Formats: sequence, structure tokens, C-alpha cells
Amino acid sequence: MSGTGLAAGVAYSCGPVEAIPYGEGRAFAVGGHQVAVFRKRDGTLRALSAVCPHKGGPIADGQIDNKVVLCPLHLNAFELDTGCSTTGAAPLRIYPVYLEDGEIVVFVS
Amino acid sequence: MTTLIQRPDEGLAGENSRRRLIVIGNGMAGARVVEEILARGGATQFSITMFGDEPYGNYNRIMLSHVLSGEESHEDIFLNSLEWYIENSITLHTGVRVQRIDRFAKVVFSDDGQITPYDELIVATGSRSFMPPMDGLYTPRGSLLPGLFAFRTIDDTRGMIDYATRDDHRRAVVIGGGLLGLEAARGLQNHGIEVDVVHSGRWLMNAQLGREGGEVLRRSMAQLGVGIFTNNRVVSIWGPDKVKAVRLRDETEIHCDLVVVAAGIRPNTDVATTSGFTVERAIVVDDQMRTVDDDHVFAVGECVQHRGEVYGLVAPLWEQAVVLADVITGSNPQAAYLGSRTATKLKVAGVEVAAMGLTEPERETDEHIIFSEPRRGIFKSVVIRDGKIIGATLLGDSKKLAFLQQAFDRGLPLPEERVELLFDLGGPPAEVGVAELAEDAQICNCNGVCKSTIVDTVKGGCKTVSGVMDATRAGKGCGSCKGLVAQLVEYAAGGGVEEDPSAHYYVPGIPMDKPALVQTIRVQDLRSVAEVFAALAPNGEEDAKSKMGLASLLKLIWGAEAPDDREGRFINDRVHANIQKDGTFSVVPQMRGGVTTPEQLRRIADVAEKYAVPMVKLTGGQRIDLLGIKKEDLPKVWADLGMPSGFAYGKSFRTVKTCVGQEFCRFGLADSTKLGVELETRMQGMESPAKMKLSVSGCPRNCAESYVKDVGIVAIDGGRWEVYVGGAAGAHVRKGDLLVTVDDAETAKKLTARFIQYYRENAKWLERTYAFVPRVGLDRIKAVVVEDSEGIAERLDAAVQDHVDSYVDPWSQQGADPVTPGQFRTSLPLEVLPTMPPDRAEQLLGGAW
Ligand code: SRM
Ligand SMILES: Cc1cc2nc3c(=O)[nH]c(=O)nc-3n(C[C@H](O)[C@H](O)[C@H](O)COP(=O)(O)OP(=O)(O)OC[C@H]3O[C@@H](n4cnc5c(N)ncnc54)[C@H](O)[C@@H]3O)c2cc1C
Ligand code: SF4
Ligand code: FES
Repeated sequence: MSGTGLAAGVAYSCGPVEAIPYGEGRAFAVGGHQVAVFRKRDGTLRALSAVCPHKGGPIADGQIDNKVVLCPLHLNAFELDTGCSTTGAAPLRIYPVYLEDGEIVVFVS
Repeated sequence: MTTLIQRPDEGLAGENSRRRLIVIGNGMAGARVVEEILARGGATQFSITMFGDEPYGNYNRIMLSHVLSGEESHEDIFLNSLEWYIENSITLHTGVRVQRIDRFAKVVFSDDGQITPYDELIVATGSRSFMPPMDGLYTPRGSLLPGLFAFRTIDDTRGMIDYATRDDHRRAVVIGGGLLGLEAARGLQNHGIEVDVVHSGRWLMNAQLGREGGEVLRRSMAQLGVGIFTNNRVVSIWGPDKVKAVRLRDETEIHCDLVVVAAGIRPNTDVATTSGFTVERAIVVDDQMRTVDDDHVFAVGECVQHRGEVYGLVAPLWEQAVVLADVITGSNPQAAYLGSRTATKLKVAGVEVAAMGLTEPERETDEHIIFSEPRRGIFKSVVIRDGKIIGATLLGDSKKLAFLQQAFDRGLPLPEERVELLFDLGGPPAEVGVAELAEDAQICNCNGVCKSTIVDTVKGGCKTVSGVMDATRAGKGCGSCKGLVAQLVEYAAGGGVEEDPSAHYYVPGIPMDKPALVQTIRVQDLRSVAEVFAALAPNGEEDAKSKMGLASLLKLIWGAEAPDDREGRFINDRVHANIQKDGTFSVVPQMRGGVTTPEQLRRIADVAEKYAVPMVKLTGGQRIDLLGIKKEDLPKVWADLGMPSGFAYGKSFRTVKTCVGQEFCRFGLADSTKLGVELETRMQGMESPAKMKLSVSGCPRNCAESYVKDVGIVAIDGGRWEVYVGGAAGAHVRKGDLLVTVDDAETAKKLTARFIQYYRENAKWLERTYAFVPRVGLDRIKAVVVEDSEGIAERLDAAVQDHVDSYVDPWSQQGADPVTPGQFRTSLPLEVLPTMPPDRAEQLLGGAW
């Protein structure tokens, strides 16, 4: 993974976007962070911390819709845009993520 | 300066003529008073600004007890959403604390550095938990000791749940044996925590109960497993880094991981005190809820003292809010609050406690009627003065509560036979019939809703219980009156009660019941979950919670023609294994009818060794579970096993348990094992609304537990078979209903399959047969499945045959390559949290075998 030094953090490439099927998520380790990246139906990406604050569930295995991801273990829901839980769990951290020439780029500060 | 969200011009008086109203405190009283003001057209008179130092909108604090016990979720207890504030043009400052009022300049100072002017001001700052003096409250670095909690806010509750559910936290001490303390104790127990309550009073709930009642309550709580120490006190807590134990006044030491303080409340009066208002036990107000110091400053809720009384319940503050709103809007300047008669109810499942007024007689002429049966946790007492009830206590049996409450509230005349106050004699209905309740009898004491309001709402056209609850708020406080509200709605609707339409939706995200949904999917030829959302969901909005149910339904409808739609699937169905608490998976190979061979066992053993499987276990479904397998290893494990999937992960057909039957058993009447194996072969891997577990027993001794299975078959004398449906022995226990008795195994197999197909097509998502059979009714099912009353038997049989013909085992189909990119890529956290012990079986078995 290549790191580009940026003002407030580091951008990491996580490889081609095809690694994530539409509507699913995959986990990546970037700069010591475990990040779950989801590819929404509309093609946009969202990145959140991969570890559920409730009991450590693997967020990347969760099901998503346009707004939330459901943790597979006890189905707590987290907003994809903010990381805030709509079911009362502690929030997930969010990471800026974008597509650059078909590559997933996650920004870690 | 604060900016106001300007409401579009609706012909209101101009902004300048609206007075500026500030409310300090966005709790139950603050928000309620604003609602009452708006209900009196206050929006045309005031531009309203609210300050709340909690970072949320306004929520139902009472429900925190239910949130702690897990009966409600956080999001369900919010009363007014943030949109409500916007719609009503209320400027809400959340997470902002007002520090001081300058009543000469008519401004408030808040901790975000703002100064906000007002014309009228309402103080509704509520109370906070009282922290009794104890040693060791703080860490050496000066912060509050981790593991120590108050019980007042959402954040307190959330923190408590998080802390209580950590694996290494087992024991709690609750300080305070009043209402709140007991509710906290019971709530924590629901998280598997052992709880002791330490109470300084001589008996539990001594503020509301007399000694005898308190003793009965102690027995009931002890029966629930709560340890009780009365007439005692926590004098110190041990840390130093987190709560480890407490020491009581009598030197008892209790090791514990958390301490919850529920030792009473203290009104939040600092702002008023600092700003020069008269504060005694709380902020002193007159009958118009005005502070005695300033005509433009009012106060309401737990922070006020009215005629010497300070209240700690919501009912009084609803009454106060009405008066305040009448006065401040001028809709009734003469309105006066004269104090409240309060009644309390304990919200602990299984322990009924209701109390009002005095607990014991005070004068010689007072009458006192008592009934006590401690063994059954029952205690009832009524105190009467001059023919009127001035106090009542009911424990363990609150059938007479509605009547006693009414009589207490309005001084109704009492029956000559005083014992009728406690019991229904001579067989009239057990509870005061809703029809007999007075029109203005208060039904919901939390939200102050009376019978006529509910009845009028129903007459106005709202005929669902949930609709009436939303419209009137009845039942939305502590929830203990929900049953009564439902009865009233039924009574008022005269049998025309309607159900909430969403109760019939197949999945929450698509507003259609199952038949309509199936029909539409067929007509519009929708094949994937994404297509269904796009075509049928409101605004095409996807809904994660609905995906699994839709994916299953699409498989049912399209069978082998359904596309391989991974997106809709739960992780288990994406990787064909069951996810474990640490993110690894369990693998359960098929073992039809529970029959296996040395060859299969050898393969399982080899796989277990090769992949260092932490635990190999026989399941309750008669097969072998390999637990703790890494996601990345799954395809290799399946390849090495070379056995089909047992579908232990799916909402699908699971197993057929069998007994050894005729071939071996000296009682066996038929070949149950053969029938079981054949059934499992036919039905394997079939998707369904919920899991299906079958069983076949070779005689009515029923060793394979056939009476408690989704379909259970029992051989009886004369070569015949009984087929039972709708049995269960899981979370719900139900003996199956006898569907039919048949003469041969083939017919048993055919009717079993036909029943299953009928269930697949007609059950709601996640509806097990134990709910489906009683809902549809055994007679109807018999008619369709056995007698073919609807002429669909052939079609049902053909649908099963389709499944049999097109079934492909997912494990053998999978092959070595992932079906989607990264299908088996690990999603595990870097530091895995609760790991499976690698040698679980060794640990359990030791070397003893
Ligand atoms: C492995 C097993 C326990 C065991 O070690 O014996 C088991 C394990 C689980 N059961 Fe079970 N149940 C197992 C037999 C049963 C049985 C007995 C039986 O099948 O004969 C029952 C009672 C019968 C019934 O289904 O009602 C049973 C009633 C439940 C229930 C309650 C269902 C209900 O509606 O009442 C659940 C919860 C649920 O499904 O929502 C459940 C849920 C679970 C889950 C799937 C929890 C979950 O959602 O992940 C457990 C998965 C463990 C894992 O990691 O794979 N399990 N479970 C048994 C697997 C049997 C098999 O070979 O497939
Ligand atoms: C767990 C629990 C269970 C309960 N169960 C029941 C029950 O069953 N029945 C019943 O009748 N009652 C019950 N109660 C009591 C009931 O919740 C209270 O009577 C009620 O909430 C009081 O309302 P209030 O608005 O006066 O105070 P609160 O609801 O406490 O609201 C006051 C708000 O003002 C905020 N605030 C304080 N100072 C400032 C400031 N300076 N600036 C800005 N904001 C400020 C506070 O943060 C708070 O949000 C229960 C309480 C708890 C905690
Ligand atoms: S009873 Fe079933 S669901 Fe509960 S812990 Fe055991 S295996 Fe898991
Ligand atoms: S671990 Fe995520 S919801 Fe429990």
C-alpha cells in the first residue's frame, strides 16, 4: 500500500474497487487501522471502523442499505455517513474514502 | 447571537410583536410545557428558544428503566424528534448549559459564551442523582471511579449497559432500595449481572410502603435473586483504578464490578440560586408557577417547590405544565395549580407494587384494612379517613388498582363491606370494567390521559391501539397502563379495532403483505432484492433489515431461476456457515437422520486436526459441529470434508432427528430412521420463512422428541404413522397438533412436504410453524393439506419436486474459487476481541478420558 503524506493524515490505496461487490463490504488494514469499506448500489464508497463497538463484531460482514450497516452479530445499526448508531450503540469511526482511477483510497488521520 | 429558524410567513403577527420565550431545560417538564403552549396557539405569541445540557432532543426519562432492562431501545424513547423543534420554529441548543440569569437585563448566559435575551423565562432544570458521601469515589487522578454510575440520563444508562455486558463484569451493588434502585437492580440482572441492593432505610421503598409491605417486597425481590441489605450503608468503595468492591457500615464487604447510585435526587437549583431567586428545598413558585421573585420568570417540574412540596414523579409536572401554559399564554390567567396527589408504581416485571398516599393510619379514628400473604408476595392495605381513602398499597396483585386510584383521586364513596376494597366478592368482574370507569378517570398516570380523551380519539376515527397511543400519548410513559388502553380502545371501537397496517407487512421496508408482495413480484418479474426495492419500496429506498427476508422470498418464488443475489444475503448465507461471536464460523456437515459412518467420522477428525478446530461438538440436532473455523479456511474445509452442508446457518430446512427404530429397538414399530433419512434427502437446503426442524420416532415413546418439532412423525401400532405439526421446544414450547394419521411412510412423506410448502408460501418472515399453525388454524391446514380443499395439492407437491430436482449443495458448488471477489476475505478485527479458546475441548475434558 502506498502512503501519500497529506496535511492532516495519510491516504492509503486499498487496491481496485472491484474487490468489493456492489452492496457488500470488505475489511482492509490501513496504517494500523482496520477499516470496513462498503460499495453502495450507487457506486459510492463509505469507510468505517471495522470493529463493532458493541462486542467486536466484524462490521465488513454486515448488510447495508443506503443509510446504515447492520453489524452481523447483534444487528446494531450504524449510519454509513456519520458512523452514529441508530440503535443506541457507541458510534463507529468514519474515514474519508474516495475512488481514484478505479482504486479505493482511504484517508487516515 | 442565536439565530432563529424563521417560520415561513403564515399571516402571523410580525416577528417584532412576538415575545421571546426561553426555556432552560429540555427534559420532560420543559418540553411538555412548550407543547402545552403551542397547543394554546403560543407560536403566534412567542419565539421560543430552549436550552438543554444533554446532547439530545427530548426523551422519556421514565423509560430508562425499560431501556436498562432491555425491554425498550434507546431510539424508542425519544418524545420529540429534532424535526419537531424545526417544524415548530423552536431554536434548540443541545449540549448547552445555562449558567446564569440576569433578570434585570433579562438575558441568560450560557456556557457556549452566548448571551440570549428573553421577555419570558421558564426554568425547568429537573434534578440530578444525589451522591451520598462515601470514601473512594475518585481515582487517585481525581476522576470519578470507573464502574460507578448514577441512573438519571440516557448516557448513564448506556454507560451502565456497556459496562455490565463486558465479559469480565459479573456483580453489581445498587445503592438505594427505592423505586429507582429496584428498577436498576432488576435491569442489571437482565444482563446476567448478580445484584445486591444496599438500602439505608429499614425496609425497601420506605418512602412509599409501610414496614409490612416492605418486608413482602423484600421476599419478592429475593425470590428474583436480588440480594438485599437494609438499614445499612455503603461507606467506602475500593478502586483504585476501577470499582472492585464496597464496604458497608456493618463491615460487610461485597466484591463487585459496578456500583449504581440511586439514593435519591436533588433539584437542580444552582442557576436559580446564583441568579438570586428564592430557593428553599427547590425553586419556590406560586400557584401560577411563577417564581416569587419575578413576574416574568416561571419554573416547572422537579426543580420547583410548590406549597412546600417537591415532587419526583411526572404526573404532577403535567398538571403544572397545563397551568403554566394557561397563564403564560393568557388563555386562562386565573388557572391555579393546587398540588398533586401522587401514586407510584414499580416497573419491575414480575413484581407488582402500587402505592398512593398514607401507608399507615395517623389518627385513632382512621380505619386500616390489611390483607397480607407474604408467601405469595401479596400485601394489600387501605387507609380510610371520614369514609374516604387517604392511602392504599397493593403488592403482588393490582386488580383493584383502577378502582382504588379513582376513589383516592376524587374521594368516591366506599362500599360498606370494606373488604370489597381489596377483593372482588361474589364474582363480579375481576377488574373494574372499562365501561364503568368515569369519563374523566385518569387512565395513563404518566401522561395524564383520561378515559374520555381515549374514547374521543377512537370516535374521531383512530381505531388502532398504536394510533391512539401516538395521538394521546396514553401508555407512552411507564407503559403499565397499555393493557387498559387496549381494552378502552376495544370498548370504544365496539369491536371495530383495526390493526396497525405495518403489522402485516412481510418485511418492514415494503408496505405489502406476503400474498400481495408475491403476486407483484411475479407480475413485475422482479428477480433481485435490488429490483424489488427499486420497484416497490417507498421512494425506492433500500432497507437493510428487509434484505434477508426478500432474498428468501425470491428463492421461494423463482427457485432455481433465482439469480445468485449475494447482496441480499446475511453473511451466513454468503459463506454458507454460521458466524460466531469472534467472527470465525461454525461448520456443520449434513448427517441425514443423525446417521453417520466411520468414514465420515474419520474425515471430520482429519479436518478438525488439519485446521486446528478449537472445538468439535455434537449438536442438539444429531450431528457434529466444527466450531471456530476461519473464514479464509472455509472452502478448503468443505473440500476436505467432501460432505454436503447441514444448513445449520440458514432460515431453511435444518434436520430430521430420528431414533434407532424398528431395526434395533425392542419397542420399535416401524423404520423411523429410514423415513427420517429419506425426508432429509428430499427437503435438504430448502429456504423457508424460518428454520424447520423435523423428527421421526419409531414408537409413541417418542425418543426423537417428535411432539415438539415443526413436523414430527410418530410410528404407532398397526404400521401407521401420526404426523404432528407446529411443535416447538426452543424459546417457545408447544406440543404439535396432530395433522393426520396415515397408513404408510410414503404418504407421511408426501403430506409432510406438502405442509412445508404451504407453510413456505403463507408464513410471515421469521414466523416459525409454532406461530403459523395456530394463526392459520389446524382445521384450515388440514383442509388444504390433507383434503385438498383449495385444489392446490398438486401444485404444492410439484413445487417440492422442483426443489428436489434443482437442489445443489452450496459447498460442493462453491469450488476452490470465491464466487464474488473477497468472498472469504477475513473481516476480523486486528485485535480479535473475545477469542475462542484454541483448545476448548481439551480444557473441558482434561485428560480424564
Ligand atoms: C449448535 C446448536 C447447539 C448445540 O450445540 O447443540 C445450536 C446452536 C445455535 N442455535 Fe439452536 N442450536 C442447536 C439446536 C437447537 C434446538 C434443538 C434441535 O434442533 O433439535 C433448538 C430447539 C428447537 C427449535 O428450533 O425451536 C434450538 C433453538 C434455537 C432458537 C430458538 C428458536 C425458536 O424459535 O424458539 C434459536 C434462536 C433463533 O433461531 O432465533 C437458536 C439459535 C441458535 C444459533 C444459531 C444462534 C445464532 O443465531 O447464531 C446457535 C448457533 C451456534 C453456532 O455457532 O453455529 N436455536 N436450537 C444446535 C444445532 C443443531 C443442528 O445440528 O443444527
Ligand atoms: C430511571 C428513572 C425512572 C423513572 N420512573 C418514573 C416513573 O415510573 N414514574 C414517574 O412518575 N416518574 C419516574 N421518574 C421520574 C421522572 O423521570 C421525572 O419526574 C421527570 O423526568 C422530571 O422532569 P423534569 O423536566 O423536571 O426534569 P428532567 O427530565 O430531569 O429534565 C431537566 C433537564 O434540564 C437539563 N438541565 C438542567 N440544568 C440545566 C441548565 N442549567 N441548562 C440547560 N439544561 C439544564 C437537564 O440536563 C435535563 O435534561 C423516573 C426517573 C428515572 C431517572
Ligand atoms: S442455547 Fe443455542 S443460541 Fe443459546 S447459547 Fe446455546 S447454542 Fe447459542
Ligand atoms: S458486536 Fe456488533 S452488534 Fe454486537
